[in-house]
Amino acid sequence: MRWEPVIGLEVHIQLLTQSKIFSGESTRYGAEPNMQACAVDIALPGVLPVMNKEAVRMAVKFGLAVGAQINHRSVFARKNYFYPDLPKGYQISQYELPIVSRGHIDIEYDGAIKTIGITRAHLEEDAGKSLHEDFHGLTGIDLNRAGTPLLEIVSEPDMRSAQEAVSYLKKLHALVRYLQICDGNMQEGSFRCDANVSVRPRGQTELGTRSELKNINSFRFVEKAIKFEIERQIDVLEGGGTVVQETRLYDPGKDETRSMRSKEEAHDYRYFPDPDLPPLEFDESFVKAVKQTLPELPDAKRDRFMSQYGLNAYDAGVLTTAREMADYYEEVVSASGADPKLVANWVTGELSGYLNKDNREIADSAVSSTALAGMIKRIADSTISGKIAKEVLDAMWNGEGDADAVIEKRGLKQITDMSAIEKVVDEVLAANPVQVEQHASGEQKVFGYFVGQVMKATSGKANPKQVNEILEKKLRS
Amino acid sequence: MSLERSIVKLSAALRAKEVSSVELTRRYLERIERHGELNAFINVDRERALAQARSADERIASGKVGPLTGIPLAHKDIFCTDGMLTTCGSKILANFVAPYDATVIERFNAAGAVILGKTNMDEFAMGSSTENSYFGPVRNPWDRDAVPGGSSGGSAAAVAAGLAPAATGTDTGGSIRQPAAFCGITGLKPSYGRVSRYGMIAFASSLDQGGILTPSAEDAAVLLNVMAGFDPRDSTSVDRPVPDYSAQLDHGIKGVTIGLPREFFGEGLGAEVGLAVEAAIDEYKNLGCEVVDINMPNCSLAVPCYYVLAPAEASSNLARYDGVRYGYRAPEYTDLTDMYKKTRSQGFGTEVKRRILIGTYALSAGYYDAYYLQALKLRRLIAEDFRRAFESCDVIVGPTTPTTAFALGAKVDDPVAMYLNDIYTIPVNLAGLPGVSVPAGFDSAGHPIGLQIIGQYFDEGRILNVAHCYQQATDWHKRIPNGFE
Repeated sequence: MRWEPVIGLEVHIQLLTQSKIFSGESTRYGAEPNMQACAVDIALPGVLPVMNKEAVRMAVKFGLAVGAQINHRSVFARKNYFYPDLPKGYQISQYELPIVSRGHIDIEYDGAIKTIGITRAHLEEDAGKSLHEDFHGLTGIDLNRAGTPLLEIVSEPDMRSAQEAVSYLKKLHALVRYLQICDGNMQEGSFRCDANVSVRPRGQTELGTRSELKNINSFRFVEKAIKFEIERQIDVLEGGGTVVQETRLYDPGKDETRSMRSKEEAHDYRYFPDPDLPPLEFDESFVKAVKQTLPELPDAKRDRFMSQYGLNAYDAGVLTTAREMADYYEEVVSASGADPKLVANWVTGELSGYLNKDNREIADSAVSSTALAGMIKRIADSTISGKIAKEVLDAMWNGEGDADAVIEKRGLKQITDMSAIEKVVDEVLAANPVQVEQHASGEQKVFGYFVGQVMKATSGKANPKQVNEILEKKLRS
Repeated sequence: MSLERSIVKLSAALRAKEVSSVELTRRYLERIERHGELNAFINVDRERALAQARSADERIASGKVGPLTGIPLAHKDIFCTDGMLTTCGSKILANFVAPYDATVIERFNAAGAVILGKTNMDEFAMGSSTENSYFGPVRNPWDRDAVPGGSSGGSAAAVAAGLAPAATGTDTGGSIRQPAAFCGITGLKPSYGRVSRYGMIAFASSLDQGGILTPSAEDAAVLLNVMAGFDPRDSTSVDRPVPDYSAQLDHGIKGVTIGLPREFFGEGLGAEVGLAVEAAIDEYKNLGCEVVDINMPNCSLAVPCYYVLAPAEASSNLARYDGVRYGYRAPEYTDLTDMYKKTRSQGFGTEVKRRILIGTYALSAGYYDAYYLQALKLRRLIAEDFRRAFESCDVIVGPTTPTTAFALGAKVDDPVAMYLNDIYTIPVNLAGLPGVSVPAGFDSAGHPIGLQIIGQYFDEGRILNVAHCYQQATDWHKRIPNGFE
């Protein structure tokens, strides 16, 4: 292919503070319109902003987690433009001196590790929402969201495909949730992505003209929007045209991007330092205190899972994508005392299946880590087989109680009495003389048939290991 | 019975129960009504004032008395007052009833003071004559055909005419000191950060500072004691202890060094003003002060510097008046952009629009470095002039304004001539220093002349002390305009 795509992402994350970035109003999502908008949020005459220290802590936490430079002095600036849901007529943001600069995130793509640079991350306030439905030709303004703290994370143009962009975005998404600075909810707009996309002839160092794709709010749409945009730009260039610098909107319904405004129509935001807020300054001890609160980060946790629990890279990766999942896994390992690999199989396999089916997060799992540990213990001590365990888990998921209760109630306890199993084996062999003949003449595969028949006769409760041993002994004799 | 002007004496009379707050409040309300032709007030709430006075009288009866309990005050209509119209002198806020109190109002309310009403002002504090008010111009009690100065012209006229014992004001480039000079009263602009700006409608945030207009420096100290102090709601207010300003008034000023900026006595200074200021300096010499010449080489650039920075900040501060959430909205429009355009075109007056345009231009891409950044550099140089000057003196003294009050209408068509009124006051705002204007004589037309005393950061105590000692030795501040006894 002649063309090389170049992609950079700007991600806005809503910080999980209790109150807004410059006022004491609550940031809770979902209140009635304008019920969470105080005098400062609606920009009454005379009000002034006061910086929320918790938002600063969260920004520093992020900076530390991506190995960035933490700027002990940063400056808030006003970004001026008129819009009905922007109450002051300007957004307080950071411009020339952001709180975080020059970090990086490593992504894994096609088995290789690639480092994506983070240019900067800066604090700013969110705007309100314009509601165009239900107002009969008028626009409703909801200022509940106005003043919600945002951290805008700007990457370097280091990505070369839509898939890489999605890998980066997923990594970032996992990270901010690990740090507990953002709930990552894309539907509610807590994690929003804009993409800068350009293409250039392979081998060229200068960047091509870029377009900015606005508000693409799911991983899938990010991938589709960028793919579409890359192809669109290549088509334009191959048709002899030129790409114009513009802002484009992705329409998921039509799976296409379309022009929103051109460079000429772009706002002149007239940034200048906000005279209402002194420069944001803190010392190294503040940064150190934040550092103390850093959790184990996804990459470090994955490596530890591999070395400590002997998991393969894939399982360790899946289990550490979300902090809650990793915590759940470790709780089960510790409470069950079972083989960590066995636990990993149950968590990434059966349990994840149920979670996906019911569209639940691990935190809302119908089977708690303690309950799952109780069940795995029963596999480990041979009370039930792995196969029976699936039935037990299903019952547990549907609220029939803990593993022991289910095993008891349904009579699923494994048969480990040698003589009892031997009796069933004898019956099965006696009932199948043809197959016994076949086995004797060297057809090994009928062995499985016998196992199946024994399990069937015991409703799956016979200890499979013992069944195998006894069958082998009997057929050899 | 002539009106007692001194707040210190009024306070004593209230405490001695020689007069009640209700009586006092009624008296001022009557005077406000009688002198409506001055147009000093935009809004007077009789019932509210009397209710506050009654509760002040109850406090006095129960012995819970502070120096301001029961004292009626007027507030510049730039301070938000809960449940009262707060217009900022603008059509765009002509219907705006503030749902909260500015910190300054809160503090005076807590001290038991009574709100007589809200005083007239240049729209959004932009002006030096109070002719830029949507509610019409204010007249100078010393000469009804002259301006009272601005932008706190309503407050200055009210205090000079005895319509209120004292009034609040704000000073961005001279808006307290210049009208105080024009109206023959004392006007104090504290250091930037000394008084909370919360609830004080912003013109130019990095320069705006609330202050007071009073009959004397002694009264200014009483009011500043209540007004000053850190406010967690204003990130630019400074967390620094507030001294008792009244306690420092009578300190001797023998040996205090007064710096005279040579640049403040050159071209442009009116002859009569110059003579009055020189006489005041002689008075200080008599009081034992030492006088030294100082240089302020960059102060000549203060006016152009100010007219980049203040409009730049204003262009952004005034963006919130868009007709969406409160205030004036044009009655007819075709779409959102049209609504914005018509609302702001109709809602703002000429001078406000002029400054929004200047400020927008100065911040625009391609001009920002040449205007805004250059002005910021100049501002630092001017602050540096003061820092160096204060190495050789304790206070700086000079004229407050180049001339005395001019005729109504004389400068409305010449904005630059109007701006030059603030040539001696603007540098003080740019440096964030405290300054006070005190009456120092009259010109041949009978218009008052103001003397400006500038102090170091947070040295309000010193400048009030220096002003008070002058007022102990002179009686200019005790003169009352004819018809307002």
